[in-house]
Amino acid sequence: MTVASGVTDPHFDVGRAWRLDPQVALRDEEFGALAYHYGTRRLVFLKSRDLVEIVRGLEEAPSARAAIGQVVDDESVPAYEAALARLAGSEIIRAA
Amino acid sequence: MNENTTAVDATVDGAETEVLVTDDLLVEEVSIDGMCGVY
Amino acid sequence: MPPEPLALRDRFKLGLQAPICMTWELTYACNLSCIHCLSSSGRRDPRELSTAEAKAVIDEMAALQIFYVNIGGGEPLIRSDFFELVEYAVDHGVGVKFSTNGTRLDAARARRLAGSDYIDVQISLDGADAATNDAIRGVGSFDTAITAMENLVAAGFGPFKISVVMTRQNIPQLDQFEEIAARYGAQLRLTRLRPAGRGADTWDELHPTTAQQRDLYHWLLDRPGVLTGDSFFHLSALGDPLEGLNLCGAGRVVCLIDPVGDVYACPFVIHEDFLAGNVRDEGGFTKVWRESDLFVSLREPSSAGACASCGSYDACQGGCMAAKFFTGLPLDGPDPECVLGHGEAALEKVAISLRPGPSVDHSVRTPVSFAARS
Repeated sequence: MTVASGVTDPHFDVGRAWRLDPQVALRDEEFGALAYHYGTRRLVFLKSRDLVEIVRGLEEAPSARAAIGQVVDDESVPAYEAALARLAGSEIIRAA
Repeated sequence: MNENTTAVDATVDGAETEVLVTDDLLVEEVSIDGMCGVY
Repeated sequence: MPPEPLALRDRFKLGLQAPICMTWELTYACNLSCIHCLSSSGRRDPRELSTAEAKAVIDEMAALQIFYVNIGGGEPLIRSDFFELVEYAVDHGVGVKFSTNGTRLDAARARRLAGSDYIDVQISLDGADAATNDAIRGVGSFDTAITAMENLVAAGFGPFKISVVMTRQNIPQLDQFEEIAARYGAQLRLTRLRPAGRGADTWDELHPTTAQQRDLYHWLLDRPGVLTGDSFFHLSALGDPLEGLNLCGAGRVVCLIDPVGDVYACPFVIHEDFLAGNVRDEGGFTKVWRESDLFVSLREPSSAGACASCGSYDACQGGCMAAKFFTGLPLDGPDPECVLGHGEAALEKVAISLRPGPSVDHSVRTPVSFAARS
């Protein structure tokens, strides 16, 4: 397993507003994006362009649920909720 | 099923298929020190 | 649309528009003459990048969104503009880790470093006691490193890294290295010895034995918190992969900029065969990274060659290009330290005289004092 011990936020509340942590830089790539937290030095790969669009959309969206719904269809929602929970656990996004 | 895996029910040609979608497909964390060729 | 399964490792083999992180040697000048020095450092090169040229490199790194640069040398603190450059980097969105033998890390500099949230420090140490360490790095170097660590602790710097190159002589000291790291609140980092630079001359006597590699692998597997710079991916053929991408990053996700602006695939192949270009060329570093013939070819799929029939190839990827190159082995065959022994067999067929010598050598000519090695 090459994945470092990623933590998911078990209390991730998809109904509230989230934002990219201000210490995080997103670097677009063909496969998605790199997210780097300058404070913690954590590096996370976002492996789909849809996920990147959702993360960038968090800024304006009233909730994580809304940000997800703007980009992917219903059957993909659980996967992207879980992905955002992972990003919260890795401190890439934080509650607004 | 661990906390990083989500079960999604998908309907294909009328038959219900449970598709395991793990968010490891979407998010992967690697140490900034995890790339060879750096001292 | 459900997401497609995507193997990052395979993606990265194709290269990226910019490195993810990289190494930058600021100077070939060094007060030490470590016997395994991958950059054959010692004497400053008169063609070193100026402060202005170095800042232009940092500007390019910032534009490329390289998040983290590993600064080394030689001994980077010997440059009088060291702090100016490091602080310029962090002010422009490039995080810095620098690697030092500790010689100039006095109390005042430790306090200055403690004032930044975005500078990481890595102290080199190759033995858990003075005898073992100084046999490689020179008399007094162990004490110098420990003093630097004490200065960082006193300054409230927080966790720093202790980086060890693993050798036949120090692998028995793994637990002691762990203790030293714990004592100073540091994170331990163990890296692989490559037969590069002055390491080419000493590799035969310093590189770990097969049994020691196995011990090291199991020790690391039990300690995912110990860093490795992904330098032991060739050991993944022994079983579960170690932490990291398990991939040669050279020219694909990492590279080296040397003190005169030469861009190499990685710090372990400072040799004209792996020279991609120079940052002073038109188009700068960006053009070298994206368009140089060398890097383009490193991003093409390569064949397993002589390793094609080996079931472990997917795990080890044929090992380290630098290790193969400097021991005279073909790049499309086994690593000299192949855990299945295929490298040893291949080495027997290669005369030592056929090994490539360094094409870049800044070693000092006058002898430096070393403790006797047993």
